[in-house]
Amino acid sequence: MKTQMSYMDSVHRDGTIWNLSMAVLLLLFPVLVGLIYGAGPDWHGFLMGLLATAPMYWAVGLIETFTYIPMLGAGGSYLSFVTGNISNLKLPVAINALEQADVKASSEEGEVVSTIAIAISSIVTTLIIIIGVILIKPLTPLLNAPVLAPAFAQILPALFGALGVVFISKNWKISIAPVILMLVLFIFVPALNAGTVGIMVPVGVVFTVAVSRILYKKGLL
Amino acid sequence: MEFNVNSPILFLMVGIIVAAVLGQSVYFLIKAWRRGIEIGIKKEKLKKIASTAAVFTIAPAIAIVISVITLSKDLGLPLPWLRLSVVGSLSYETIAASNAESAMGLTFGQVSSLTASQYITVAAVMTVSIFLGIWLVPLVCKKLLSGMITMEGRDKKWAEIFSNSMFIGMISAFLGYVFCDLLGVFTGNSAGLIPVLVMFVSAVLMLLCGALRAKFGWRWISDYALPISLILGMASAIPITSLLG
Repeated sequence: MKTQMSYMDSVHRDGTIWNLSMAVLLLLFPVLVGLIYGAGPDWHGFLMGLLATAPMYWAVGLIETFTYIPMLGAGGSYLSFVTGNISNLKLPVAINALEQADVKASSEEGEVVSTIAIAISSIVTTLIIIIGVILIKPLTPLLNAPVLAPAFAQILPALFGALGVVFISKNWKISIAPVILMLVLFIFVPALNAGTVGIMVPVGVVFTVAVSRILYKKGLL
Repeated sequence: MEFNVNSPILFLMVGIIVAAVLGQSVYFLIKAWRRGIEIGIKKEKLKKIASTAAVFTIAPAIAIVISVITLSKDLGLPLPWLRLSVVGSLSYETIAASNAESAMGLTFGQVSSLTASQYITVAAVMTVSIFLGIWLVPLVCKKLLSGMITMEGRDKKWAEIFSNSMFIGMISAFLGYVFCDLLGVFTGNSAGLIPVLVMFVSAVLMLLCGALRAKFGWRWISDYALPISLILGMASAIPITSLLG
């Protein structure tokens, strides 16, 4: 128990150092560009751009942080919130790895497995982007080829079709209500689309947990 | 010094930050790998998890490269490279860049050249607007996960249901999204069926992988079932779109 706690404590300590350092490094980018080129930001543009963008993304970021941490684990959370693409890449990778290893997310094995999967995914993503940047000229016509566009437009349906069938078949009792709710909402509320699906993830999570709690209390699970 | 959105100095700065991101990933990989061995997880199992994660990541990562290309038309290459390597996503970055540019009287997608001041403004808006998670995780992660452990100590069965419910909640939101354009079918626009059919193909492929494993004992196919279903599901979008799009 003591060893487990010290490993987890070291993950939190190291994660805190890494994330805060990355936060400083990211903020330094526009500052250094300004210093090098002797220019300052357009403060009016900055404030207006920030007002138009930040309130929604800060609210989403706040909810996402509390929603995703229990699913990603400690190491996975520190990494994922730096490298991004959480719902469309890091979380599915972690879920698949937990399934593949047949371990629970809350166990120490689960913590290790999801961290490894997320770290590998982050490394591969970063390397592929680097290759893409180096080879951008020859790759641009290939990747922008009209024939391939439909395939890249359908990543999420392909991903969640495969992931969904596994999880729903294993947890069908707790899946019925949230799947019906989300189908009804997304089909009949025009505002819900690709741009707003991220906001609906916490709604789906809270609703599913509430329904599961009721079913559990009634002895149906 | 004259400013250029593709200046070598910008590439150098972004390269350093991306190297730090790689460093963090490698650090956590080594740390978790060592711990996995210590607690008795076999090396072969860890290798399989790593290789599946790597194969699975390829297609979504290529989509991210396409996003870099899309954003580079306005912002040059270094800034989209940075933004999509750290925190970002195409939808967010496009909205943030578009809002910042329109606040300065520019139109996203039609910018031929940015001044240093405009570039800094766009970069700052893109960075600060999505900044919350990076510093919030260190503040709340330990407490949140301690709460999960306490819950598990009180009621192990409920803790497992709680964890599965979170995954199902997330998956149900994305399944709902797949159907968001379905009503268009009734007004003659069959494009809304494309994601539904792709999802269906991918789900059937996943089930097929499971059946093949059960029938022939091919363990490798279940290890790679998700990347196989993802890539073939995406590929199915090409003929489906040409039929319905």
